[in-house]
Amino acid sequence: MISNLAVLPIVIPLIAGILATLFHKKLSVVRIFSQIITVLNTVMVAYILWYIHQNGTVILESGDWMAPFGIVLVGDMLSMSLVLTTNIVALASVFFAPHSLNQKQEEFYFYTFYFLLVSGVSGAFITGDLFNLFVFFEVLLMASYAMIILGGGKVQLRESIKYVLINLFSSMLFVTTVAFIYSVVGTVNMAQIAQRVGEEEQTGILTTIGILLFFVFGTKAALFPLYYWLPKPYIVPNPVVSALFGALLTKVGIYSIVRVFSLIFVYETDITHQLFIWIAGFTLIFGAIGALSTNNIKLVVAYNIIPAVGFMLVGIGVYNSTGMSGTVYYLIHDMIIKAALFFIVGAITYLAGTSDLRKMQGLIHHYPLLGWLLFISAFVLAGIPPFSGFIGKLLLLQGAVEADEIMIAIIGLAVSLLILLSMMRIFIRGFWGEKDEKVVANKAAAKKFVMPIAFLLIFSIVLGVGAEWFIPGIESIGNDLMNPAIYIESVLKE
Amino acid sequence: MEIIMSILAGVLFTTGVYNLLQKQLLRIVIGTALISHGAHLFILTMSKLKRGAPPILDYDIKDYADPLPQALILTSIVISFGVTSLLLVLAYRASKENGTDNMEKLRGNEND
Repeated sequence: MISNLAVLPIVIPLIAGILATLFHKKLSVVRIFSQIITVLNTVMVAYILWYIHQNGTVILESGDWMAPFGIVLVGDMLSMSLVLTTNIVALASVFFAPHSLNQKQEEFYFYTFYFLLVSGVSGAFITGDLFNLFVFFEVLLMASYAMIILGGGKVQLRESIKYVLINLFSSMLFVTTVAFIYSVVGTVNMAQIAQRVGEEEQTGILTTIGILLFFVFGTKAALFPLYYWLPKPYIVPNPVVSALFGALLTKVGIYSIVRVFSLIFVYETDITHQLFIWIAGFTLIFGAIGALSTNNIKLVVAYNIIPAVGFMLVGIGVYNSTGMSGTVYYLIHDMIIKAALFFIVGAITYLAGTSDLRKMQGLIHHYPLLGWLLFISAFVLAGIPPFSGFIGKLLLLQGAVEADEIMIAIIGLAVSLLILLSMMRIFIRGFWGEKDEKVVANKAAAKKFVMPIAFLLIFSIVLGVGAEWFIPGIESIGNDLMNPAIYIESVLKE
Repeated sequence: MEIIMSILAGVLFTTGVYNLLQKQLLRIVIGTALISHGAHLFILTMSKLKRGAPPILDYDIKDYADPLPQALILTSIVISFGVTSLLLVLAYRASKENGTDNMEKLRGNEND
C-alpha cells in the first residue's frame, strides 16, 4: 500500500541532523533535542512496524513516478524491523554519548553526524532501488568518515585514511556493477531487475555480476578475504562511535547481501550460494582466531564482528527458510549485542585507563555491575541459552543441517566456543584477581555508563527469553525472503 | 564508439589501480579519482552512446536518448567529488600529524 510512512525514518533524522547544526555549541540544548528526537523516532518506527504487520508492505513511489520508473522506498517487515533495531541502538548511543565524548568532540557536530548516520542506515534498509542503495551507502559512509576522525588524534587520522580508501574503492566498484546490471537488464529497480532476471533466466554474465556485487557488499560487511581493514579503524574513535559502527555499518552490507541474493540472483545457487558457505566458514574461523590473538580488549570486540558476519552468511548460503529466518534473527540480535559490547569495553577502557588486558586486574571489586554485564553479554554473544544468541544460532545451524551442510554446522559450534573463550578472557583477566588498591574507583562515572548498556542487554534477554513472541514474525520474514514473487508483486503491481 | 569508451574506461581503471597501490599518499588519492572517472565513463557507455535525440519516452516517439545514466552519473560525480575533497584534506592532516606520507610507515601497532 502506498504511504508516506516509508520515508519518515529517513527524513526525520535528516532534518534533525540539519537542525542540530544550528545550536551545536549549546551542549545542553543539543543533547536534549537529540534525545527527544531519537525517542520520538523510535516510537514512530515501532508504530510503522506495527502498521506494516497489520496492513502489509508500505511503499512510497517518490515524486509519484510509477514503480519501475521512479525511485521506490519499500518498507516491508524485514527492512522495518531492522530500522527499529537501528533506532534502539541509536537510542542507547545518544544517552551514552554525553558521558563518553569530551566537550570538544561533542561540540564538533557529533549529533549532526549521528543523525545523518541513522538516516543513511535507515535509507539503505528501506530503499527498493539499487542505485539509491549506493547513494544511501554514501550518506552513511560520509557521516562515518566524519565520526571516525572526530577529535582528530594522530592514530585516528592514520586509520581513517585506510577506512576511507577501502570504502571509496568498493563504492566505485558498486557504481560499476550497477552500470553492468543496467546494461544487461535495463533497469535499476530491484523488483524489476528480479522480474527480468527471472524471465530471461540467469545467464553467465548475470551470475558474474552477482559475484561482483557480492564482492562489493562483502567488503562493506567484512567477509573472509576482505575483512583486514575492519578491526583497527573500528577501535580508534570514541567508544560511542565504535558502537554505532560495529552495530550498524557491517550489518548494512549483510542486509544488502540478503536482499540481493534472496531476490535477484537466485537461479544459480549451486555457484553463488555454495560459495557463500565456503566464505562463511573461513570468515568464522579467521574472525575467531583474530579475537583470540590480541590482548587489546577493544580489538577483541572488533574482531568478534567478523565471525558474527560469518554466521549470518551461513543462513544465506544454505538458502532455506529456516536459514533465512536465522540470518534475520541473528542480524537483529547482533546489532544490539555489538553496541552493548563496544559500550562495555569503552567503559572499561575509560575506567581502567588502558585497553591492554595485561595491565588490568580485579576490576570486579571496584565495578561489580559492569563486570556482571560483561559476563551476561559474553553469554549472549556466544549463544548460551536462554539469551538471544542461542535462538539465532539454533535457527542457523538447523538450517545448515536441513541443507545437509554438516561441516559448516560443526565449524559454527566450534567457533561459538572460541568466541566464548575470547570474551571470558576479558572477564577472567580483567575482572578476576587481586584487588588493585592503588586504583581509585570512579563509581559515579561507572553508574552513568551502566544505564545504556543495561538498556541494550534487556532487549537481548527479552529477544532470547521471549523468543516465542518473535519467532512467528521472523519465520514469516524468512518465508517471504524465499519467495521473491511476494516482494516483486508488492512493488510492481500496485 | 562504445568500444573506444570502454577501452578508455579500462585504461583509467588500470592507471587508477596502479596509483592506488603506490606508497605515497597523494598518488593514492589521484588513483581513487582516476577510478571514479573510469566508473563514470563506464556508466555513460553502458546505455549506448547516442546523439541528437530528446530524452523523452512517449508512444509516438520512436527515437529517444536514455536520460537515466546521466542522472546516475551526476549523482555519482557529486559524491566522488565530495569524497575526494575530504580525502585530500584527510591525507594532508594525516601526513602533518604523523610526520610522513609513506603508507609503509603508517601501519601502526597493536596497542594504540
